Amino acid sequence: MNGFMNWIEQRIPLTRVANMHAIQYPAPINMNFWYVFGFLSTLVLVNQIVTGVWLTMNFVPSAEGAFASVEYIMREVDYGWLIRYMHSTGASAFFIVVYLHMFRGMIYGSYQKPRELLWVFGMLIYLALMAEAFMGYVLPWGQMSYWGAQVIVSLFGAIPVIGPDLVVWIQGDYVISGATLNRFFALHVIALPLVIVILVFLHIIALHEVGSNNPDGVAIKHKKGSLSEEEKTKYEIHEYYTSKYDIADDVVPFFPHIVLKDLVAFTVFLAGFCYVLFFAPEMGGKFLEHPNFEIANPLKTPEHIFPVWYFTPFYAILKAVPDKLFGVLAMFGAIAALFALPWIDRGNVRSWRYRSGLHKYNILVFAVVFVFLGYLGGTPQENWKIVASQIATLMYFGFFGLLFIYSKNEKTKPVPARIPK
Amino acid sequence: MSNVSVDANKASPDVQPENNNRRKFLTVATSVIGGVGAVAAAVPFVASWNPSAKAKAAGADVEVDISGIAPGQLIRVMWRSKPVWVVRRTPELLASLGNHEDQLRDPNSDVEQQPSFAKNQYRSLKEEYLVLVGICTHLGCSPQHLNEGAFEQYAEGISEGFFCPCHGSKFDMAGRVFQNVPAPSNLVVPPYQFLDDTTLLIGSEA
Repeated sequence: MNGFMNWIEQRIPLTRVANMHAIQYPAPINMNFWYVFGFLSTLVLVNQIVTGVWLTMNFVPSAEGAFASVEYIMREVDYGWLIRYMHSTGASAFFIVVYLHMFRGMIYGSYQKPRELLWVFGMLIYLALMAEAFMGYVLPWGQMSYWGAQVIVSLFGAIPVIGPDLVVWIQGDYVISGATLNRFFALHVIALPLVIVILVFLHIIALHEVGSNNPDGVAIKHKKGSLSEEEKTKYEIHEYYTSKYDIADDVVPFFPHIVLKDLVAFTVFLAGFCYVLFFAPEMGGKFLEHPNFEIANPLKTPEHIFPVWYFTPFYAILKAVPDKLFGVLAMFGAIAALFALPWIDRGNVRSWRYRSGLHKYNILVFAVVFVFLGYLGGTPQENWKIVASQIATLMYFGFFGLLFIYSKNEKTKPVPARIPK
Repeated sequence: MSNVSVDANKASPDVQPENNNRRKFLTVATSVIGGVGAVAAAVPFVASWNPSAKAKAAGADVEVDISGIAPGQLIRVMWRSKPVWVVRRTPELLASLGNHEDQLRDPNSDVEQQPSFAKNQYRSLKEEYLVLVGICTHLGCSPQHLNEGAFEQYAEGISEGFFCPCHGSKFDMAGRVFQNVPAPSNLVVPPYQFLDDTTLLIGSEA
C-alpha cells in the first residue's frame, strides 16, 4: 500500500494536497455552529450536480416538450419524483445555507482585511447562483417559469439606447420562446455550473491562504518567532502553514475535529431537508409556485407574479421605486453594496462581540429588513406595501451608509491577543 | 559543435540583442492581430444568439378580419408571439378620453411608443379602432381589460381601462399610462395599416 501511495505521490501531489487543505489545515478552536454553512453549501452543490445530471437524462429542452417531460419525470420515471424534488428542494436549501453563511461573515467581520477577495469570490458565487437558479426555474416551462423570465429579461430593457435590442438578443426571439428555453438550458447545465465550481475552488484557495476567521475575530497565525514553544499548537499542522507563521495553541486540525462537527450539522440539516422533501416539497407554494403547474401561456399573465422566495427581497426593492430604470439600478445596487462591504466597513475590529452596540443593532435591523423585504416582494401588491417597501429599501441602503459613517471612529472593546479560553 | 553556436554562447551573458525594437514590434503586432482574431472568432458566438431565420419568419405581418368586432369589444391576436389587442371603441368612450388627461404621465404621446400616424389623442389610425401590444411597459406582464365600471376601483370616475395585475400599472382606453405607477411609458402601438374596411394588417405601415 505504501509503495503504491509513493508511486502516486511521485506523480501527483495527492497526499500533500489532502494534508494541506483537508486534514492538517489549522481551524480556530472556537468555531461555533455558524461555521457549518460553508460545508453544508458544498454538500448541497454536490446534490444539485448529481440530481441535475439525472434530471437531464429525461428532460426535453424545448417549448413543446419541456412541461410534458417534467410531468413524465414526476409520474413515469422510477424515483423521478424523488430526484426532481431533491433538485428543487436543494435549490431553496442552497439559498438558505448561503444566506446564513453570508450573515455569519457579516457578524464576525469575515470580509475585513485580509479577507476582501475571499468575500468577493463568495459574492460572485452568490451572483452565479442567482443566475443559475433563475434559469433553472424557467426550464419546466410552467406559467411562472415563463412570466418570471419575461419580468427578469425585460429588466435589461431598462438600459438606455441598447435595451430593447439587448432583450431580443437575450431571448433569441421577439418574446420569451423555445429559443430562450434552449439557451437557458445550455447555460443552466453546462456554463454556470462550471463557473460555480471554479469559483468555489477559488473561494477555498483564498480561504486557505488567509486562514479561517472565528467568532472572536482573533488571528491564529502569528509572526514567525513571536510565540514560545508553550504557546504554539501541539497538533500536527501542515508545514505549509507552520513554515510561514507561528500557529498559536488556538487551533485544531480540520480532520477529524471540524469534519466531525460538520457531519453532526449535516445530520441535523438532512433531517430538515428530508422533512421538506417528503412532506412539503412545494412548501406551500414557496419552493414550487402553484401557477407553475400550468403550462406556459404567452397570452395569459397569472394574477400575481412573484419570483421564488430567495429573490423576493430584491424584487421588493425593484417594485418600491416608481421608475423603471432607477428601480433596476436600485435592485442591482442592493447587490453591489454587498460586494463593496469590505470597503464600506472602515473599522478594524472584526467580530461584533467587540464592536459597538450600534453595530450590533445595525446588523440585526439589516437582517430584519432583509426578511421583511422578502415578505413584501413575495406577497400580492397592496397600497400600504408600496410605502412599506420604500421605507424598507431606504433602511436596506441605510445599513451601509450608517456603517460607513460610524465604523471610522467606532468605540470598540479591547480585542484579546489570543482566543479566550 | 558549429561555430555559430559557440559564438552565440559567448555573446549571451553580457551582450544585449542588437535591436530590441524588432522583437517589440513583433510582440505588439502579434498581440494586435491575435486580439483582432479573438474578436472575430467571438462574432459567430454572439451573433448566434440573434433570432434565427425561423424566428424572424414567425415574426412576419398578421392579417386580422375586424368585421365581426362588436362596439366595445376587445379581441386578441398574436403577432410575433405577443398579444395584440384590437378594441372597437364606442363614441361615448372616445368622447371621454379627454376628461382625465391631467392624471396621465404622457397624454400627448411624446415618448415614441407608437408609429407617427398614432401620435394623437386616440393613439390610432382610425379613431374607432385601438390597436395595442398588450404587454405592460414596466416588466412585460399582460394587463387586464376592465370595463363597465370595473376600472373605477383603481381610477375614480373612469369606468374602463387596462390594469396590470403584476405591479399595479394603469392605462386608459388609448393605452396611455397613468401617473404614480411603475410603468414608465404608454403601451406600444405596433405598426399597422388597413388593407380595406374590414381587414387590418399588423406589422407594417402603409
